[in-house]
Amino acid sequence: MLFKNVLLGVFVCFSVLGCSDQKLDSKPSVVIWHWMTDRDVTFQELAKKYETLTGVKVNFELYAPSDAYSQKIRAAAQGMNLPDVFGILGEKRDFASFIKAGHILDLAPYMEANNSSWKNSFFPKALALNEFTPDNSYGINPGVFGVPIDIMTIQMVYNKKLFTQLGLNPNRPPKSLKEFLDIGPKIQAAGMQGLVSGWGEVWMIDCLANNYAFNIMGKDKVLATIRGEVAYTDPDWIEVFSVFKQMKDSGILAQGLVTMINKSAEQLLANEKAVFGFNGSWCVNVYKGMNPGLEYGAMLPPQASEKYPTSIWGGAGSSFMVNARSKNKEEAVKFLIWLTDQDQQAYLAQATNNLPANKNSLSKIPEVMAQFARGMDYATHPNVWGVSEFSLVIEAFDRGIQSIIIGEKTPEAVAKEVQAIKERELARKKAQ
Amino acid sequence: MKHVIYYKSKKIILNTLIHIFLISVAITCLYPLLWMISSSLKTQDMIFKDISLIPHQFRLENYVLAWREGGFGRNFLNSIVYTVSVVFGIVIISSMAAYAFSRLKFVGSKFLFILFMAAMMIPIPGSFVALYVLLNKLHLRNTPIGYILCMINVGLSTSIFLLKTFFDKMPKELEDAARIDGCSKIGIWWHVALPLAKPVLAVVIVLNALTVWNEYILALIIFDNRKFMPLQVALQSFQGEFVTNYPLLMAGLTITALPIILVYLFMQKYIIKGVTQGAVVG
Amino acid sequence: MKIKNTLENYIFILPAVVIFSIFYIIPFIWVFQLGLFDWDGISFTKVFVGLQNFKEIFFQDKNWWQSMWNAGYITLIALTFQNILAFMLAWACDREIKMKNFYRVIFFIPPVLSEVVVGMAWRFIINDIDGANVINRTLTQIGLPNLVHNWLSDPNTALSTVAVVHCWKGFGWGFLIFLAGLQTIPRELYEAARVDGASAWQSFKNITLPLMIPIMVLVVILTVLGTMQVFVLIVSLVGGEFAGHTSVPVLRILASMRGSSRFGYACAQGITFGLVLIIISFIQYRFSKKGQ
Repeated sequence: MLFKNVLLGVFVCFSVLGCSDQKLDSKPSVVIWHWMTDRDVTFQELAKKYETLTGVKVNFELYAPSDAYSQKIRAAAQGMNLPDVFGILGEKRDFASFIKAGHILDLAPYMEANNSSWKNSFFPKALALNEFTPDNSYGINPGVFGVPIDIMTIQMVYNKKLFTQLGLNPNRPPKSLKEFLDIGPKIQAAGMQGLVSGWGEVWMIDCLANNYAFNIMGKDKVLATIRGEVAYTDPDWIEVFSVFKQMKDSGILAQGLVTMINKSAEQLLANEKAVFGFNGSWCVNVYKGMNPGLEYGAMLPPQASEKYPTSIWGGAGSSFMVNARSKNKEEAVKFLIWLTDQDQQAYLAQATNNLPANKNSLSKIPEVMAQFARGMDYATHPNVWGVSEFSLVIEAFDRGIQSIIIGEKTPEAVAKEVQAIKERELARKKAQ
Repeated sequence: MKHVIYYKSKKIILNTLIHIFLISVAITCLYPLLWMISSSLKTQDMIFKDISLIPHQFRLENYVLAWREGGFGRNFLNSIVYTVSVVFGIVIISSMAAYAFSRLKFVGSKFLFILFMAAMMIPIPGSFVALYVLLNKLHLRNTPIGYILCMINVGLSTSIFLLKTFFDKMPKELEDAARIDGCSKIGIWWHVALPLAKPVLAVVIVLNALTVWNEYILALIIFDNRKFMPLQVALQSFQGEFVTNYPLLMAGLTITALPIILVYLFMQKYIIKGVTQGAVVG
Repeated sequence: MKIKNTLENYIFILPAVVIFSIFYIIPFIWVFQLGLFDWDGISFTKVFVGLQNFKEIFFQDKNWWQSMWNAGYITLIALTFQNILAFMLAWACDREIKMKNFYRVIFFIPPVLSEVVVGMAWRFIINDIDGANVINRTLTQIGLPNLVHNWLSDPNTALSTVAVVHCWKGFGWGFLIFLAGLQTIPRELYEAARVDGASAWQSFKNITLPLMIPIMVLVVILTVLGTMQVFVLIVSLVGGEFAGHTSVPVLRILASMRGSSRFGYACAQGITFGLVLIIISFIQYRFSKKGQ
């Protein structure tokens, strides 16, 4: 009896669910897959607005979290089922592969139309992430393959209230590495935690290490190293690794830093348990949600050397790409032009506490956001350098720094290891 | 007399120790659950500041919010349908196969069984992409049936393994009796083997129900339409790229955990019932 | 007549074999042959490299073998700590004691909770700066302040801590299966033994243990398979591979697939992983057969 009932129930449910394919709408519509949970509501509002304006239906579909989204995009790409608009999360190398496979539409013609009006509305650094320049090493024909919808920078933040407690001037954050390290013993004595960041997720370590590399030896030498012309055992690189050792020795780093995911780090800063944080401009929204009364400011990473300018990572935060095989690509591009227009960008920025990609939209933003925005002057990003380091080398590099922080390896040992892997990869590439 | 008192007090001490042991383990099991529930009743900014188990205010509306914002209604129903179908499918298919491997003689029996066992041990990385392309070719990709078939496969090997181990141990007398009475093979399977296997079937049901209920990545990849998504996918939408809405996430997770606990509550009775059914001679 | 008999037999296994062939064998073959290619998971062209991926895994990939070692360590702890605990609890609940049903429900709560929640909750419980520091505080209160430790942030104890949390989450399964097994031992045997004057220990040794051996083998095999594949818990407890200290095979495979975009290499790693698991299971199986 039970058996029969279950069978009947399942059958009924199936009929209710029905089979798959819906009838295709004859009206043009644009399907956008995104991963930005925090902005889904705002996106839906904008989509509705667009529909009343133009009659074109825009479907924003959320697939989160971001690594699941990434897998879905890759699977869909294999099955030739990509939506009209989507994003590629990952390195330039992957971006290039997608373009080579014919999945992505070159937007350069649209960007340059009307005297490059669309192109010029963006912060140049934001667009740069989505561009492939004529001399790129990926073998891609030059063009613009994505549209940024916001910008971000990754800098340090500091808690003003804790600064006062430590006897420091809350309006004068440390500018040099030495000043920064000197605060370490004070933090230890006061029983607070120093710098927190998601260094369990290795890419954040990579970011700061790279910032110091640019600061210590300059952009050209770093790119030369990536190309294989300079070794990682070079004294300048050892100095980069030593920065982390110095930070560890001075006590400026929080305990268990290497086991933190970014969310734990954000939580610690929001709860005023940590004095410094290393995070991206998205953190403003996060901190607001966790502790609206937090008094904090943004600062550039303290400079290790005066020889070269400070450098941070920044550029496009999130970008959308258009499916080259989409039947609705014209409509998709039109929508993206509208989305990145001054008013929509201002609305997005205000509603989601992100920085707009349109340079005319920077109207009223909170002071901390403005501090992050000002960092754009110093910003660079791996995706604009035109060369990529081997992923195994990056992995050894980041892991090596983690080992330095927990005191297991010396900067020299890590440099040797990284260089060994680099040489192995170079040899393998030559053999191909 | 002394002997009896000694025996009785020894028994009491033993029982007390056992109870202390059981209770301490039970407390460690309960704490995270209570943490999850108490977090679900707090607000976003209090959730990490206030570390006590009992929140200062009970924001029961978090549950309503989680239900609405997560679009739980439809997804909840989907999860139930998927779980019931998959579990049903696995129970029938794997018990038939396990019975065959254990009791029936045919060519390739050993080989096929080893194949199933090997499958249990070799995880396929990137199987999602392979399944995606496969389902696409079969025109089953964006359909519930495609998903259900994939999930049946996921639990098949382990279930067959569990059931065969049990069937091997099962005494043959009852089957022989049924065969003499003129029962067909299917009849023996249905009337003799399955009822005897109730405890193991209960384990198989709970194991697979849990797997399907908690699955989200395959669903996220092969479904392009929110109306097919199971509950777990809806839940993930609380874990934003940057901001995680912890109280709602916890509320959602609590809602998600409840049905499985109910399934387990229901099934564990059968594990006990199995004892009375397991009438064995000798 | 014989043909009908054979056909009937095959019908029993038909649905299983059909589904298995379509949804496992075909993807498996695809993945298997991908181990011989160098592919980024996106391009439509793949480069055939033969056994080079495997050579790299066996001779150059120190991180891989470290992850295998770590997984093996966790598995060892699971096999001992987790399963002995599960067995003891199952035995305790098999007796006629009060609140049996209550315990049976409670012990199954950890497996029901998702790994993400378990990781978050335990991280909260154990960690001192971003958590409630329950363990250290309890140790101090019961008079053992020297044992206070940064369980999760000290590289030396991180892996063991993760292993313990994993055991906590997993013992409910062993408990369930052991209980099901214990329940199938006919009570008459125990009665007969008691009448014969056997002590509790003797009846345990001579009745319970021998009859439970196939179940124990089952649990051991399932434990090994389940534990070697742990990874979500590690990410939520310690954020990642912790400079290799908490690296596990699945995380390495995911790193190859997504971080380095080396899909072919990831497949080769997966196959190597599978082979190791098969060898271990085979050894266990042989070992158990000998014991019988």
